[in-house]
Amino acid sequence: MTGLAAAASVTSSGEAVQFWILGIVAVVGALCTILMKRAVHSALSLAGTMIVLAVFYLANGAYFLGVVQIVVYTGAIMMLFLFVVMLVGVTAADSLKETLKGQRWLAAGLGIGFGILLIAGIGNASLKEFNGLGEANAGGNVQGLAALIFTKYVFAFEITGALLITAAVGAMVLTHRERTERAKSQREQSEARIREGKQVPPLPAPGVYARHNAVDIPGLLPDGTPSELSVNPTLRERGQIRDVSGESLAELKALEQRSEEWLGRSAEDEPKPPASGGAAPKEHKEGAKK
Amino acid sequence: MSPVYYLYLAALLFTIGAAGVLIRRNAIVVFMCIELMLNACNLAFVTFSRMHGNLDGQIIAFFTMVVAAAEVVVGLAIIVTIFRTRHTASVDDASLMKL
Repeated sequence: MTGLAAAASVTSSGEAVQFWILGIVAVVGALCTILMKRAVHSALSLAGTMIVLAVFYLANGAYFLGVVQIVVYTGAIMMLFLFVVMLVGVTAADSLKETLKGQRWLAAGLGIGFGILLIAGIGNASLKEFNGLGEANAGGNVQGLAALIFTKYVFAFEITGALLITAAVGAMVLTHRERTERAKSQREQSEARIREGKQVPPLPAPGVYARHNAVDIPGLLPDGTPSELSVNPTLRERGQIRDVSGESLAELKALEQRSEEWLGRSAEDEPKPPASGGAAPKEHKEGAKK
Repeated sequence: MSPVYYLYLAALLFTIGAAGVLIRRNAIVVFMCIELMLNACNLAFVTFSRMHGNLDGQIIAFFTMVVAAAEVVVGLAIIVTIFRTRHTASVDDASLMKL
């Protein structure tokens, strides 16, 4: 790691241990990136791989780049990815239909072939010994980089500034949407709603207020069935709805049965198995009236 | 261990990224695979910088990072725009220049 010798050929054993452990993590993260079904999981795996790469930069004497990797890549770029994943939402799920027949297997085969080619190339290169950055980093890594950026690479640095400004303007131009027609007034919207005949009043609120008020729990209709409309369509599409109507009805039923036993009334109408359908709550009402 | 192993790792990560670009259909994931390839190249640059004992490789890696940041901003903006017009983020559905 220090690389003090002019031309060493072996790094410290600590670095070797670090490499083998974190290298496996990096490869697993990369594989998860391309194999995970949901884009969010891919993004998180990629963030893990990037953190491991930051550690490798540090181990290779690139202290500035290691920190920049964490701040810029895992901090800014991956968060940008997560924002876009949230914007694009559920419908971004990968379609499993192959447009070209056998394309996946062909792509995997090509990937393996490409990897073999690259690795064989590196294996054949004469890279037995290395110089290490001890000399170059002697005055400090950041100072060394700064000296190079502002002398030898100063034009590239200036052009980078132009590139960043162009990218910022480009992103604004691409995502800005000019409104071409007049916005509908509230009256027109309500008239259109009534004309279409769909859901004229506001949507029902989620949650069963005596027990849960989480947004992923559908509100119950008067007949005890969960109301699909009360849950966010995104959660509905993902199938992340927690339906508590069944269990709460069953608990209510048990409670009523216990209270009736305590009151000494025999439950002549034997308790039917609680169903989450519309039949259960009516029984409750009758039982409560008795 | 020789630093060459970092190069092997970089080659492996680059290969995985390239295969991901070919395999996946979701534009966001394809974009992430491109980022993975850029990162693999950066690792190779940093390793070469150590091997040669000068900082030029790190400078190139630094510029790669800047360019990658700019590229991500524009690319994600394009993905969001495509999603707005076509309601999909699949690269297969973006086969027409204009809707």
